Amino acid sequence: MATVTTNGPIQALITTKLRQRFLPSHLTVVCESYMHNVPKGAEKHFNVQIVSEEFEGKSVIQRHRLVNECLAEELAGPVHALRIDAVPTSKWKGQEPAPSPACRGGGHL
Amino acid sequence: MLSARLIPVRIGQRFCSATAQLSSELKTKIDGIIKKDPVVVFMKGTQKEPMCGFSRNVKLVLDHHQVTFKDYNVLEDSELREGIKKYSDWPTIPQVYVKGEFVGGADILIQMHKDGEISDFFDGKQVPNKYGNQKLT
Repeated sequence: MATVTTNGPIQALITTKLRQRFLPSHLTVVCESYMHNVPKGAEKHFNVQIVSEEFEGKSVIQRHRLVNECLAEELAGPVHALRIDAVPTSKWKGQEPAPSPACRGGGHL
Repeated sequence: MLSARLIPVRIGQRFCSATAQLSSELKTKIDGIIKKDPVVVFMKGTQKEPMCGFSRNVKLVLDHHQVTFKDYNVLEDSELREGIKKYSDWPTIPQVYVKGEFVGGADILIQMHKDGEISDFFDGKQVPNKYGNQKLT
């Protein structure tokens, strides 16, 4: 039951990679580049919420590292910012991810 | 003009992939930086003028807890900007170090704050903070 809100190629790639790697019971990948100082249609800022058994018993830093590793190629290349809300299945109560910060104008830097 | 500026940045990032090695010179430099001050933040912009919302959020959390920190603006040092990512094996900026140890980025600092564990964390590291045992004098 993965949700995709818009359909850029990088967003689709991120969704596929996360789905294959973590077999999530819940996954949202939102491109938030429209909130930032980048050209229209750019795919540089993403907000990921992912729920998986893989995160059970792991600290927040370990969970982030797993997601970062999975998307290392994208983060080394086109992706500028990645918000991660990685939740173990047992802790999932349908909570909303935290809102992303407002742009400070440095997205192109 | 904007797209013209984007191109060299993106190419630069590809050259500096996570697998590339960190030079021993730069590693020594970063070792020194993170041990020099109890709390160090590598950020885009400065404490006074953060240039990125994530860097700003880290500053806001630390300010809220009255934790003083030393800032390093990676936008002024491209070697440090790529080097710090390899050093911590963490692909994004900002990065927070406490007593020489990598703690995390903006999401993690905010989560520690929301979970109410940040004060205990700083107490454990003997860093003065507003709601901790040891306050700023």
